[in-house]
Amino acid sequence: MSEAFQIAILAVDSAVRLSVPLLFACLAGLYSERAGVVDIGLEGKMLIGAFAAGAAASVVPNPWLGLLAAVLASVLFALVHGFASISQRGNQIVSGVAINVLASGLTAVLGNAWFNQGGRTPQLPGAARFNEITLPFAEQARAVPFIGAFYSEVVSGHSVLVYVAIGLVPLTWLVLYRTSWGLRLRAVGENPAAVDTAGLSVAKLRYSAVIMAGILCGFGGAYLAIAQSAGFVTDMTAGKGFIALAALIFAKWRPMPALGACFLFGLLDAVALRIQGVSIPGIGQVPVQAIQALPYLLTVVLLAGFIGKATPPKAVGIPYLKDRS
Amino acid sequence: MNPAIQMTGIDKRFGAVHANRAVDLSVEQGSMHGLIGENGAGKSTLMSILYGFYHADAGTIAINGRPSLIRTPADAIHSGIGMVHQHFMLVETFTVVENVMLGAEGGAFTARGASAVRAKLQALSYAYGMDVNPDAVVSDLAVGELQRVEILKALVKGANILILDEPTAVLTPTEVEKLFVLLRRLASEGKTVIIVTHKLKEIMAVTDRVSVMRRGEMVGTLETKDTNPADLAELMVGRRVVLTIEKFPAHPGAVVLEVKDLAVRDARGTLRLDHVSFQVRAGEIVGIAGVSGNGQSELLETIAGIRRPESGSVALNGELLDCGGRDDPKALRAKGLRHVPEDRHRMGLVKPFDAAESAILGCSDEPAFGMGPFLSRDAVLAECAVRMQSFDVRPPDPTLRTALFSGGNQQKLVLAREIERDPKLLLVGQPTRGVDIGAIEFIHKRLIALRDAGKAILLVSTELDEVMALSDRVLVMCGGRITGERRPEDAGEQDMGLLMAGVTSDAPKAAA
Amino acid sequence: MNANAVPVWLSAGVVPLVNVAVAFLAAGLVVALIGESPLEALGIMLRGALGSQYGLGYTLYYATSFIFTGLAVAVAFHAGHFNIGGEGQALMGGLGAALVALGLPFLPWPVLLPLCVLGAIGAGALWVFIPAYLQAYRGSHVVITTIMFNFLAGTLLVYLLVGPLKMTGSMAPETAKFVPAATLPLMSQMAAWAGLTITRTPVNLSFVFAMLAALSVWVLIWRTRLGYAIRTVGANPDAAVYAGISPRRITVIALLISGGLAGLMATNEILGVQGRLINEFTAGAGFVGIAVALMGRGHPFGIVLAALLFGVLYQGGAELAFDKPRITREMIIVIQGFVILFAGALEMMFADKLASLYTRIAGRAAAA
Repeated sequence: MSEAFQIAILAVDSAVRLSVPLLFACLAGLYSERAGVVDIGLEGKMLIGAFAAGAAASVVPNPWLGLLAAVLASVLFALVHGFASISQRGNQIVSGVAINVLASGLTAVLGNAWFNQGGRTPQLPGAARFNEITLPFAEQARAVPFIGAFYSEVVSGHSVLVYVAIGLVPLTWLVLYRTSWGLRLRAVGENPAAVDTAGLSVAKLRYSAVIMAGILCGFGGAYLAIAQSAGFVTDMTAGKGFIALAALIFAKWRPMPALGACFLFGLLDAVALRIQGVSIPGIGQVPVQAIQALPYLLTVVLLAGFIGKATPPKAVGIPYLKDRS
Repeated sequence: MNPAIQMTGIDKRFGAVHANRAVDLSVEQGSMHGLIGENGAGKSTLMSILYGFYHADAGTIAINGRPSLIRTPADAIHSGIGMVHQHFMLVETFTVVENVMLGAEGGAFTARGASAVRAKLQALSYAYGMDVNPDAVVSDLAVGELQRVEILKALVKGANILILDEPTAVLTPTEVEKLFVLLRRLASEGKTVIIVTHKLKEIMAVTDRVSVMRRGEMVGTLETKDTNPADLAELMVGRRVVLTIEKFPAHPGAVVLEVKDLAVRDARGTLRLDHVSFQVRAGEIVGIAGVSGNGQSELLETIAGIRRPESGSVALNGELLDCGGRDDPKALRAKGLRHVPEDRHRMGLVKPFDAAESAILGCSDEPAFGMGPFLSRDAVLAECAVRMQSFDVRPPDPTLRTALFSGGNQQKLVLAREIERDPKLLLVGQPTRGVDIGAIEFIHKRLIALRDAGKAILLVSTELDEVMALSDRVLVMCGGRITGERRPEDAGEQDMGLLMAGVTSDAPKAAA
Repeated sequence: MNANAVPVWLSAGVVPLVNVAVAFLAAGLVVALIGESPLEALGIMLRGALGSQYGLGYTLYYATSFIFTGLAVAVAFHAGHFNIGGEGQALMGGLGAALVALGLPFLPWPVLLPLCVLGAIGAGALWVFIPAYLQAYRGSHVVITTIMFNFLAGTLLVYLLVGPLKMTGSMAPETAKFVPAATLPLMSQMAAWAGLTITRTPVNLSFVFAMLAALSVWVLIWRTRLGYAIRTVGANPDAAVYAGISPRRITVIALLISGGLAGLMATNEILGVQGRLINEFTAGAGFVGIAVALMGRGHPFGIVLAALLFGVLYQGGAELAFDKPRITREMIIVIQGFVILFAGALEMMFADKLASLYTRIAGRAAAA
């Protein structure tokens, strides 16, 4: 096997790992924004989820309990956002900022007070984490060129959350386009008045979407703290929630392209990690910041309408108020 | 037989506004029932309560004799009530089938429900001759089709009682005719139809009985055949309405506004103004009649410099204008063109501003209001106080928030701002929409006075009576074209109706 | 209707105070949750921030940055836009000031210093220009683009500070020291010129700039034709078009002013204190600006008050973290989050209840 293939395989493998938290957050944003609730608080929900997962798993060394804690914490934050955006008809952007700021402050303060490790949660033993799963025949397949190597290196050997994340993509597509709940969700993001007059509750639908976003951000946070790493570290999300938001725009709020966008941004991240200090023939050293900046830059270019047009759901960000005329 | 609908003692307040005061309404099954009243009389509120959109503070509802607690639209749908709202309640990105099945999907997955709905749609379309493609995306449909989708939506959900709120506002006379035929047919099959409108003619044409509301109260229910428009109008407004306005014949002077071959497209590329030409002279009021949405708004906005025409020319006092380009609204104001916009809430005022700030909208750069880049608060307040006095705006408090004034007083504020700046040409859109009767008379008098002072006025109103009463000449618009010109005193009702529908007798007959 | 008819002192005075009080109550609960006394913590903070010349100086130093970023958010708000990119614009403001200071060190201070300040304003404004232009002319949501531009500013600055602009021989990502002519005097120095002695703290001349900026923003928004145009566009863009005010032009102008104000934040940190460009010097001041603007309800007077309150929090929080190691400095961020939540996203939660309470009491008083 060629060395280039080997490098490519490794890059793709690490891209998969890096794109998983993006994918969870991106799908979370997709549910929320498709239902008409802007969510710039993905970052904060993921962060509080990661903290809760790390904290819970350090007390009871069980990854599933960690995951449950992450989901609960993230859903709690999602409900705050829902209360502000849906019940109180507040500014959804402001509420999202509040979620992010609160999560960043609370995780540091509580982490420090509870664990005394400068904001970290204690290092987790293997039993408290989601460990890598070797799929059947992965060892045997290694010998088969290309396909086998791809199977054993890229497809096999991830934690269960990675497979959950990828499985969520077709599932989300199915839910959105083939179920009644999905139909209603899309409707409430486009024209809530139509949903209201059809005898459905706008608030209930939006709350259900916001809770869904909370659950998925919880998964994303748990992945960061107890699958990818062995515990929570201060500001562990490091802007991933915003990259996920960018990916959501890039995918034009559709599940299948969301997978592509998250993988692309994950790949850029993987490349940025590898390229540091490496001199590429003919180009020389590419500053790592240039690659780190790409997702943001691409999103701005997309938003500017130079490559296709990203049209958000029509009612996104607008609180629903029965007009009394 | 029990009435299909029996509403008793319905009471509803929105804050300080008493929208419904102990209203009773009884509608017989299988009848066409009209509900009329002025804007703000409480018709829509009453129907929204019947549909479960609002909760009544007091009162009871019985459907087919059974007391029904209608708390949500779901309850109403369950009770066999369907409503076609004035603003269509459709999801634009969805197909017709998806819109119709929303809320009645028949299970967790949509596939089976979709085919059931498609079958029902096709059966109903066939039975009633409503041509609607179930798989068309709603954003591609025309207004008339959208209304049909709304009606189908109600029927598919099993509505026996159909409420239509101002169903004809956006339709051409031909479409109105088709709609009425359909509604008659539904009524003859035992369905109960309620039409909410403020148009007397329609009530007289199609209903069996009519209920009249005024200021939140039900003032009477009559057999349509036993009444006439004048009596209904009196019930609606509470006194005999003088539909004619006293004015002396006009003495038109020089041409002030000359529009030639004006063509305008909207953002989607649809031709909204189709090569329109006309003149307005000093000292005359030229009225534009027509069903709303036939290019009148675009005409006003183009001349006012808000839109840019595709081709054609506009000249003010002989000077060719570059509307929407160099001649933006600000430049045009400097040239003596003033504009009372059709929708004062959307354009004419800034509701969170205080009255004084709203009173300088469009005039904030005038030197009288401050030195250089600065705006003098005292000068702005003083200006507003003067305008309020001369137009009798109540309360005369320049520091009160614009939103807190009544519709009539808001409109007076806009008119004062535009009229009292000595315009050469005044564009007026819907001068009395949502304005109480007293203020209507006042506004009409001021417009006539302005005409008599030798100013040119171009008036757009979808109230045919208003156009006929105020104008010296009436142009009729349909589909972006001027389909005819009449003197109000010579124009017959039927004649105007045909012109509004786009049937032109003036046009040279090509085939002949 | 009722909510509209309540007096100004209630809607603009009592309601925001109640919101902020609830935010502090929530933060107090967090303090209690980690086993410390909220009242004791409050006492330490207030004493630390206001109890000495030293504390007061630091409080004003922090407040200076927050006044700038708060005003930046407010000006954009008045035009109907949410400039969430104060952080990035402030970073670029620092870069602008640094480029002037490092590029033209030979100029005398009366020329160099104003140029440095202009560099900060210009670079901040420049950094918002693309988002502003895209919002105005291509409809790209400025919230999202400014978030992206925050990250872009961050990566650009890192690139420059570990690369082209890095001081030779230094390990830290920072530029060389500016010449003294390119730095703002500290308040303590200025007091010394006047013959007074005050404790040496980082508060510097830019605090005066901040007060002037607040006054200028008030004049701009409420006493100029441009301010009228900005508020019209913010409240009703259709009415603006009708009036002949171009929402596009005003959007760009208002956001440029906003970016310039955010850029000015760098005068405090870079020209006033550091005397060189360092990485991440904004330390979240852009986001504090959001809380400050919301708490101050977009009014410069309210913003100055809110910025002072956050100055107290930052300085008092530092003292608190020193006295009570269990309460780390991030406690301030928690409070900030609650303020944004209660004074921003949930601002109407108590307003309606207070309004109906008021009408009930007022009604009873009228009846009696």
